[in-house]
Parts: sequence; C-alpha cells; structure tokens
Amino acid sequence: MPGKSHSGQKLAGEKKFMKAEKEITKIIVISSEKVLPVDAAMKIYESEFPVTVKETCFGLIVTGPETDVLQVTEEIRQLDKNHIFVKDRGFPAGDERRCRAVRGGGPRPGFHFLREEVKMLPAIGEALDELERKGPPEELKKQKSRLKVSELERIIETELAR
Amino acid sequence: MLKVFIYPVNSLILADLVERFGHKPLVVMNQVREKVTNISLDSPPVNITPEDPKIGLRFAAVEVPAGVRGRMSLIGPLIEEAEAAIIVENPPVNFGCVGCNRTNELMKYLVRSKEIPILEVKYPESNFEAREFVYNISVFLENLSKASGEKKLDPQSGNAEEFKGEAAEEKKGKVKLEKKNDSLREEIP
Repeated sequence: MPGKSHSGQKLAGEKKFMKAEKEITKIIVISSEKVLPVDAAMKIYESEFPVTVKETCFGLIVTGPETDVLQVTEEIRQLDKNHIFVKDRGFPAGDERRCRAVRGGGPRPGFHFLREEVKMLPAIGEALDELERKGPPEELKKQKSRLKVSELERIIETELAR
Repeated sequence: MLKVFIYPVNSLILADLVERFGHKPLVVMNQVREKVTNISLDSPPVNITPEDPKIGLRFAAVEVPAGVRGRMSLIGPLIEEAEAAIIVENPPVNFGCVGCNRTNELMKYLVRSKEIPILEVKYPESNFEAREFVYNISVFLENLSKASGEKKLDPQSGNAEEFKGEAAEEKKGKVKLEKKNDSLREEIP
C-alpha cells in the first residue's frame, strides 16, 4: 500500500530528525587463520547495515550508528570468536586529522601500541581456546610450594654447564 | 555489568577481554570521541573547552605540567566512574597519548587508593604467560559478575564475600577519594 509506506517513511524521517543516533567507531583486529579482513568486510557489505567500513592491514574500522556498529561487530566476532578482537576508536574512519592519506604517510598515531598488541594476539587467542576447551591451565592447578634442594641443585648445574 | 577501568587505558587486549566476559571497559577512546566528534569543538589542539582544565585540576595541582592535567581531564572521570580495575604492569610501549609516566603513576595511585576490586597482572611475553594472563582475568571478571548483585566486593580478590571495610558505602569512598586528591595535590611538586 503506497499510503502506508509513505507514512512509514515519514515517521522514520521524523524520528531521525528528532534524535540522531550517536555515531561510534570500532576497530576489529583479525588474528584468525580462517577469516581474513576481506571476508569480514564482505560479510558487512552483505548484511547491508548503514555503516562505513575501512579495510586495513590488521582488520577493519567500522563507523556508524551505535546499534548498527555493535550488531555488526558481534556478527563479525562470531566468525571466529576467540581470534577476532574489538576495541573502540575515538576518531571516525578516514578522519582527516588521523588519516595517513592527508597527513603525508607514516604510521597513524596510536598504531604503534596496536602493533605491539597484535603480536600477542595469537597467544591470547590460543589461551581463550584452551580456556574454553579445558578450563584453567594445568600449571596453574599446581599449588605453590617451596623450591626443593634437589631442584635448586639441578638448576645450578644446568646453569654452570652452559 | 560493572564498569571496569583498564590500564593501559587504550589496550585492545584488555578492552576486548573485559567486553568478552560481560562488563563495560572504561577506555580513553570514548573520551577522545566526545572531543573530536562534537561539532561545537574545533580540531586539535583547539578542542579544549574551559571546563577541561577545571576537570584536570581535580586530580593534579596547578604546578603539575599541563600535559598531566590535560590527560587527567580525560582519564580522571573514568577513574571516578570505575567499579573495578585491571592494571597491567610492563606494557610493551608507553609513548604517545599514554606516554606520560607521571600521568600513569598518578592514575595507578588514584585507582589503588579507591576501594574497588583491582587485578594486577604482568603483560604476557610467552604462550604460557598468555594463558595465565587470560585465566587470571577471566576468573577476576567472572567473580565480579557473580558478585555484582552483592552489596560490596572484596577489593583484594574481587570475591563475592561481603566486604566490610572503610568504604562500606560508595559515598564514603568518594569523599575519601576527594580527600586523597587534595593531599596528592600537595605532594606533587
């Protein structure tokens, strides 16, 4: 019914006019063997959410209305939940104050710490897998005890033998 | 769902783990977003409003370098909001927006002086340390989830036991924090 759809559009327009939803940005870092950043980007394009997606070397940057972005990030995380990591970002995707294209190249501010953390992500992902599969790590189950003399002797001998 | 302060304040791993285990991470990026997406503010470095130095002065004295006060104007409100905290020692890099060691020390001091459950862990450098790191954080956050219905948490372990300390009421805790802030302003040269 054309009348109904028109009123529906009008209502949606009024709602938008009354209260624009807060825009947020999320960084999705993909450290998975199964999912590539391009797969995740395609998944977002298929989902038709009104979000801006930027593909980067470590994953994706997604900007858009809060509810949409949260839903999209959750869907992407489910692709490989222990190996896809998400954090907030202050600046929107492609913001001129941060984008390298405008600033004349070089790493963007904030990239260095992310790069350092990305190095640890495979180990964190494995730890999450193990936690899900087995529970607490075996070594942690052992109770703390004093170092035995024989053990100390063995350590000294191995150190001296180097 | 509790609001969990994390240090480093922009950590991907911590923010993700906190969110994964069902809590809200308090991260500096959300504070930055308010500054850079508000159309009434200009681009850096002129995105400071007259209110920001006042917020900074609540946590650091006027003699303290402007960089510390500026950073505290963003991070200080997060500490006030925090209901639990995770502090990671020896994070890999500390420069850029989180590169001010004095701010980091002040931040950790304020968090520790607040009567909230705190988990302090070392940044992992091997696979085994990563397992330990993830396990400790998961246990801490799960205990917080279990205890979130309770009146108060044990600040040492985050266990669900009822905590009978000086800050049995939140209001008292806030007053105490303000007093400590005052004394801190005097201490910092």
